Amino acid sequence: MNKPKWNKDYKAPSSWDEMFFGSSNGVGILPTPNSGFRTLHPEIDSKACIKCMMCWVFCPEGCIDKSGSYLEIDMDYCKGCGICAAECPKKCIIMVKDGDAE
Amino acid sequence: MSKKAFLSANEAAAYGVKLSRPHVVSAYPITPQTTLVEKIADFLANGEADFKYMMVESEHSAMASALGASMMGARTFTASSSQGLLYMCEMLSYVSGARFPIVMVDANRSIATPWNIFGDQRDAMAMRDSGWIMLYVESGQEALDTVIQAYKIAEDPEVMTPVMVNIDGFTLTHTYDMVEIPEQEEVDSFLPPYSTTNKMDMKNPKTLCMSVGPDFHTEGRFLQQKAFEAAKRKIVSVNDEYAKLTGRSYGGMIEEYRADDAEVVLVAVGSVAGTVRVVVDEMREAGKKVGLIKLRSFRPFPKEYFESARDKFKAVGVIDRSISFGFDGTVFSEVKSAMYGSSAKVANYIVGLGGRDIPKHQIETMFNKLFGIASGKNEAEVQFLGMRWE
Amino acid sequence: MKQIRWHGRGGNGAFTAARLLGVAASVFEGKSAQAFPSFGPERRGAPVLGFTRIADKTITDHSQVYECDCVIVLDETLCDVTNVAAGLKPDGVLVINTRKSADEAAQHIGFEDSSRIVVIDATDIALELLGNPVVNTIMLGAAVGATGMVSMESVEKAIDDVMGRNLREKNKKAARAAYDRVKEAVMQ
Repeated sequence: MNKPKWNKDYKAPSSWDEMFFGSSNGVGILPTPNSGFRTLHPEIDSKACIKCMMCWVFCPEGCIDKSGSYLEIDMDYCKGCGICAAECPKKCIIMVKDGDAE
Repeated sequence: MSKKAFLSANEAAAYGVKLSRPHVVSAYPITPQTTLVEKIADFLANGEADFKYMMVESEHSAMASALGASMMGARTFTASSSQGLLYMCEMLSYVSGARFPIVMVDANRSIATPWNIFGDQRDAMAMRDSGWIMLYVESGQEALDTVIQAYKIAEDPEVMTPVMVNIDGFTLTHTYDMVEIPEQEEVDSFLPPYSTTNKMDMKNPKTLCMSVGPDFHTEGRFLQQKAFEAAKRKIVSVNDEYAKLTGRSYGGMIEEYRADDAEVVLVAVGSVAGTVRVVVDEMREAGKKVGLIKLRSFRPFPKEYFESARDKFKAVGVIDRSISFGFDGTVFSEVKSAMYGSSAKVANYIVGLGGRDIPKHQIETMFNKLFGIASGKNEAEVQFLGMRWE
Repeated sequence: MKQIRWHGRGGNGAFTAARLLGVAASVFEGKSAQAFPSFGPERRGAPVLGFTRIADKTITDHSQVYECDCVIVLDETLCDVTNVAAGLKPDGVLVINTRKSADEAAQHIGFEDSSRIVVIDATDIALELLGNPVVNTIMLGAAVGATGMVSMESVEKAIDDVMGRNLREKNKKAARAAYDRVKEAVMQ
């Protein structure tokens, strides 16, 4: 997956030298995983999945990882839009409520 | 009997709009104004109010459609914030130059970039030359009352200028406290129906949004400026009339709080004025002669007040939640200019940007700094306070 | 002035409780009150805060709440992600929804004085009386029992005023149950 890895060692600026410029900053910085968007998250039934890659093609966040033997979704970036579930021809992706799972 | 309810300033303002009996409301949602236009929609949905509600596709359209409605002689309302206000920027001048008395609420929020949804005063301050009357409120109650007063001021034949009521994002819009909602009859007795000859009328046809070249442009602008002079009087008289009706006065264009014998004062705009009141009381308990000048009307600017207060105080500090890059805080530069020739020391404290809190100890620091410069201490005139590091 | 901070998770009514307390104090007891949430976007399940101020004189302060007379924690897992005792005044009270005892709770969060912690199994009361684990009104009842900052009658009037028709009776009952339980525990 081309997505930058979440930089878990990232520290917020602590001096003028570290202050970001304008409104630009580095990548892989995730102040809060999936900040403020998701109420549902997708769960893929790997046994039913036929690897057609439609979910991967359509995911607007590019957070479906196809590098392994089965598809995995990066939950730090997934915003729960449900497009993967809507596009899956085998209907093997279901959207599950977030808060309840916690 | 007026009703008491625990409301956010957005909800309170929505009641103010409902009580003003608008004909048309056009709106596009944007944080932190959204709950205001949603509450107005609720009134329509549950039959509490009757008006046309236009859900438009952008803020530019919100103001354009409000202008169109106003041109038909309709009392109109719209609201926005931050990027939305900037998006409708062109239309603000369309409305004011055409002299239509639209009232809008701006939920004061910072402007991108960097993106920020939280409260500061940069958005409306950037529009201070748009020809709108700009009033700032300190509480939900004042928001409700000022929306009603705004229509009376705007529609006065000597004024005929649109009014922007500014409500601090989050610190007011999403903060709840007790608000007294006047009866419809009370408001009706105070605010008569909108009546004007400057409108589309088949019996008296007019051109309503024309072009004016060099030959007559200056005279028109002079009349706009004159209307602002009239507005100075009307803001005060309308406040006084409303006070007789409800018992609530906001002082008109400015309010002095414990400033009569103050040695140093802070000029504050919006919700922070409320916090300054608390610090003034605390410091007065400790024997310090401090006071607050709450600026309620920013346009027209209370130039005469500051001229008259020129030598009243030893030091005058101005709290700015905005800055005119390349120069000073926006309110400060205007206060200082109005106090030209003053013997007082002046200082500008830039705080609360992008939704940063302005805590009481920071305000106490400002007063202490003012005492310092009043007694001859040297400090930078314009200071950003409370930064994370030196 | 009393300043109260509520710790909850988005969508579970922490701010509603903060607001109910404000309504009880102002609309129904003639005091001055103010309530506001942690500002910004909210996500279901994410930590959120609510704040209530209660005073005799009109509240004009628009700064954040830094010092608390009472902190109320609707979900004890929040104790692991944030310092719930931050800003608590030396005589302030901490009310936590938990099955732990006050001593156990104090130890868990690293708080010295367990006598200032009031524990209540609000989830249990919620499941029994409301049929779902929403504990906001229950924690309001518990907090009122622990501090007496408003009367329960005012809380009940506030619930009638703010909540939908179908929710009123059971929430009043649940709040009162929590209030009684805390009062009982204090007596012992």
